[in-house]
Amino acid sequence: MKKMKYIIIACALGVTGCATTAPENLFQVSDTSLQDRQMQSRFFETENEVALLSAGVAVLQDMGYSIDETETKSGVITASKTVDATNNAQIAGAVLLAVLGGAPMSIDNEQQIRVSFVTTPSKLNNTGYLGRVTFQRIVTNTQGQVTKAETINNEELYTEFFNKLSKSVFLEAQKI
Amino acid sequence: MNSLKVAFLAICLALVSGCATTHDARILGADNQVELRSMQTRSFDTSDKTVVVRNVISTLQDLSFVIDKTDTDLGTVSATRLVSGNRVRMTVTARPSSSGKSVIVRANAQYNLKPIENPKIYQDFFSSLSKSLFLSANAVE
Repeated sequence: MKKMKYIIIACALGVTGCATTAPENLFQVSDTSLQDRQMQSRFFETENEVALLSAGVAVLQDMGYSIDETETKSGVITASKTVDATNNAQIAGAVLLAVLGGAPMSIDNEQQIRVSFVTTPSKLNNTGYLGRVTFQRIVTNTQGQVTKAETINNEELYTEFFNKLSKSVFLEAQKI
Repeated sequence: MNSLKVAFLAICLALVSGCATTHDARILGADNQVELRSMQTRSFDTSDKTVVVRNVISTLQDLSFVIDKTDTDLGTVSATRLVSGNRVRMTVTARPSSSGKSVIVRANAQYNLKPIENPKIYQDFFSSLSKSLFLSANAVE
């Protein structure tokens, strides 16, 4: 039995010994890539790429983001914001655990959201640009540990963004 | 029993220290410079660097990256991807070849704390990029 114990410890060390290396399929295009692209992109009938980008900047500002980086020559805007990430279910869980006399539980505290908005000349139609937006977030808990790091794939979010962007493009075009 | 304990300790030590690299390698990178360059570099038969940069950006977006920074004049694009708690950082540069007839693209990526040194992963990236460019990716001498 003692031998068994040593073997198990050795195996555990062997498994955790190395830091994780990148999985082989890391840069393989996922099965949902086409749907993701459709969800994240819209076509804008305009010849003025800079106007589309500036509408993008305006809508990101409307949503409370700070612009980190812009590059008009290749049509890129990067923006970010840090917001609250608490949710009631987690708080309730933590309170319940505390009442039952358990150890203090750390809950999600804040999240950093990063977004890039990119315009590209449409390959199918010469008189327009495609706008594509991608959101990602890093959630940290009350102890400062990262609990989530992910790309946000929520269709409603993207629809809402493009609704706002269409309005913004219209407002920019009308010079309001 | 004692000899078993000694052997066990030795194995534990080997497992713990097996992955450690020397301090210099962590700052200055590994010694396989030539090998790395060849797996991270491809040339594309086009003279238009801006088109290559734009396609690099859209390929990165297809792979769920968020673009951090770009400089079209210099031809650099940096991006970050978050995938189930792991962070992938990538920089892609596009520069015209000395003949001016092709554009040389170099990509290098890091997965959490480790540089990616698996040729298969870079191959996948360049194959997506060449599909997006409608051009074939050629190895660079």
